[in-house]
Amino acid sequence: MSEPLLASEDHPVAHPGYATFLKVWAALVVLTGVLVLMSRFGQSSAVWGLLLVTPVKAWLVFYFFMHLKYEGPLLKGVVLITLGTLLIFFALMFSDVAFR
Amino acid sequence: MSALDMAGMPSYLENTGPRKGLAAWLTSTDHKRVGILYLVSMLSFFLVGVGIGFMMRLVQLTPFANLITAKTYNALFTVHGVIMIFLFVVPGLPAAFGNFFLPILIGAKDVAFPRLNLASWYFYMSGAILAMLSLFTGPGAPDTGWTFYVPFSLHTGTNVSLAVFAAFVLGFSSMLTGINFITTIHRLRAPGMTWFRMPLFSWSIYATSWIQLLATPILAITLVLVILERVFGIGIFDPAKGGDPLLYQHLFWIYSHPAVYIMILPAMGIISEILPTFTRRPIFGYKAIAFSSLSIAGVGSLVWAHHMFTSGLSQFAIMLFSLLTMIVAVPSAIKVFNWVSTLYKGSIDFQPPLLFALTFIFLFCIGGLTGVMQGAVAIDIQVHDTYFVVGHFHYVMFGGTGMAFFAALLYWFPKMTGRMYSKKAIYAAWFPLFIGFNTLYFTMLVLGWMGMPRRYFHHLPRFNTGHDIATVGSWFLVLGILMLFGTLIHALFKGEKAEGNPWGGVTLEWTLPSPPIAENFLEIPTITTGPYHFPQEDQA
Amino acid sequence: MTASSHAPAVHRDDFAAKLGMWLFLVTEMVLFGGLFLAYSYMRSQYPGDFHRAGTELNATLGVTNTVVLLTSSLTVALSIVAVQRGERRRALAFLGTTLGLGVVFLTIKSIEWAAKFHHGLYPGAAHLATLPHGEQVFFGLYFTMTGLHGLHVIAGLGVLAYMFRKVARGEIGPERPLLLENAGLYWHLVDVIWIFLLPLFYLAA
Repeated sequence: MSEPLLASEDHPVAHPGYATFLKVWAALVVLTGVLVLMSRFGQSSAVWGLLLVTPVKAWLVFYFFMHLKYEGPLLKGVVLITLGTLLIFFALMFSDVAFR
Repeated sequence: MSALDMAGMPSYLENTGPRKGLAAWLTSTDHKRVGILYLVSMLSFFLVGVGIGFMMRLVQLTPFANLITAKTYNALFTVHGVIMIFLFVVPGLPAAFGNFFLPILIGAKDVAFPRLNLASWYFYMSGAILAMLSLFTGPGAPDTGWTFYVPFSLHTGTNVSLAVFAAFVLGFSSMLTGINFITTIHRLRAPGMTWFRMPLFSWSIYATSWIQLLATPILAITLVLVILERVFGIGIFDPAKGGDPLLYQHLFWIYSHPAVYIMILPAMGIISEILPTFTRRPIFGYKAIAFSSLSIAGVGSLVWAHHMFTSGLSQFAIMLFSLLTMIVAVPSAIKVFNWVSTLYKGSIDFQPPLLFALTFIFLFCIGGLTGVMQGAVAIDIQVHDTYFVVGHFHYVMFGGTGMAFFAALLYWFPKMTGRMYSKKAIYAAWFPLFIGFNTLYFTMLVLGWMGMPRRYFHHLPRFNTGHDIATVGSWFLVLGILMLFGTLIHALFKGEKAEGNPWGGVTLEWTLPSPPIAENFLEIPTITTGPYHFPQEDQA
Repeated sequence: MTASSHAPAVHRDDFAAKLGMWLFLVTEMVLFGGLFLAYSYMRSQYPGDFHRAGTELNATLGVTNTVVLLTSSLTVALSIVAVQRGERRRALAFLGTTLGLGVVFLTIKSIEWAAKFHHGLYPGAAHLATLPHGEQVFFGLYFTMTGLHGLHVIAGLGVLAYMFRKVARGEIGPERPLLLENAGLYWHLVDVIWIFLLPLFYLAA
């Protein structure tokens, strides 16, 4: 039942072409290189790489390879709710682990 | 389109396809038939669970029981928990009544993925069969309690791996049902059925499905880790190898506390359906109830560590989780106040479903308030792992979800089967059920307060009077359940034909004949009013 | 009543299928999320041991596998573009590349695992039991997480091989690319999980 009410949920934007994905892939490989480089400068720099670069890589895959950029608010919301829930799980578990 | 146009058309109960008998049911993707499959199978498991609970009470009749061995007693309370939690209360209302009524309530012909729906029932049955196998095969029934706490569950020689795998499969069934219902609600609402015109049962199913998606996988992975630990010794939970049992408790309760809300939210949805019908007025505070379902789902997912106050958490975490736990009481109380306000000045038609709905409210309040008590750390440390906890969660799970299940069964029985039961017999069953319930579980609250630990095989003589009272209560409770089921089974074969709308309800299922036709609606209805719009409201 | 009115309503809702797939991916994300919770819990208990154990892993192989998997993700995305444009042969070439890269990933992974087994660094090994507790837990987590990820790679390869067949037969085409899109979503998620596994075990342990 794609009633007018829900039409915004259907993806309205045109599909991306080959070039977009190639650029995203290049960015991902470069970021992997950055990650490796950062891990050479010791433990704390490696952890910063984990915390900063990895989410960007994951975001690129979600946003472009998995077409989230071209989807309506519902699917974006689904992903955000999931990641938000996981973050809260982490925070609450560390309210125990970090304060023992 | 009225029920009259559909008169004479074959109902969903009649086979029109090439297959006959049981085969036609086991291969049908009709959401109503899948719902009935769930209903019949889970009521059977429920009776097994009741039987085991009855035996446990018999054992506690004397301080030094010798009816069975201690090992068997351990197996009994484990199996009672596994059956009741994983086979009855968790899937109970969503899978049985959600399947049958969710599409009808939102004006759809089926769920979004009918074949996946039938597949989830097969997952459910596979899990159930594995759980049953774990009792009778291999080195003996699991004796860990339904929580499978490590490190004991890693080292006990009993059939834990199989039981844990069964719970894993059941979790899979639960997730698939959740995926199906969320998609159904987003995509298959009838024209004009806006979010705020949906019956409240649909709202509660929606909130429940989200918890099923966001929490069940954590249980799944935790159970996988237990199996890996038992088979390969990966050492994550085993203190001897550097693992930490507290990690297990965190992961287990990240699922298993929200699971409590998977169990109770649909029950609250049912009550929100029944009250308007029998008071002939719209529900009081529709949006408040709808949003409180979502906030219970949200906040309820963040309170898990209140099961671990005595496990050695950080003081900060204890304080935080105690606070969050108390906050859940707010949306729960919003619901209760709105239900009571719905009753106020309604033209009350006192029928069996309403009786059980009111029973739910009463018993749930006791269960909820004893829950808030345990949210307070000082009290929790006192009553942790005592009969107080056992009494509390039976008030919520059985007095809450169980009574709502019975209320839903009585409310929708005529719609599902096309037969009406004897109302007098239901009232007669209610008395032993209600008296037995409170005699059994209130006594447990008292026993726990006095210090009786849960899961003990023997008890001190000073607890004996309480145990005897509780055991006698269990006899009345079982009698009431048997009378209730007997009445319904009798009605199934000998009951009078039910009308399309025996209760005067106004939600969509009552526009259909009893039982409904295979595709529910000849023509998808267009919705122009809220869900509880009674005609006499217009006159007034 | 007529036979046709009893048949299930013919009704195709591509968005519902996509939403269903995303909701399934939610469960996958939370499933691995549980393992990440376990990892971070244990790492905060044994930061030193995790660092020492991490140096035992071959970062070159880990990084190589990352590039392999990223590329396989790219070719899946490209194959969807090709299918949407009706370029079937190109789509098959891209999908074939993905399948090949998936096999390469598994091969490298098994070489790595074999080396760990050779050095007695697996749960239950006598040598591992002599190491500090944190290192034992590290290798327990390493095998569990890369193992579960490997199973997902195998499952993804199975699904994509099936899609390859469907594209070859024309059952997936510009008119209905949805099955391939959904299969692609699964493969990308497997890729995302590896993106997190790489620094957790190889680079920043």
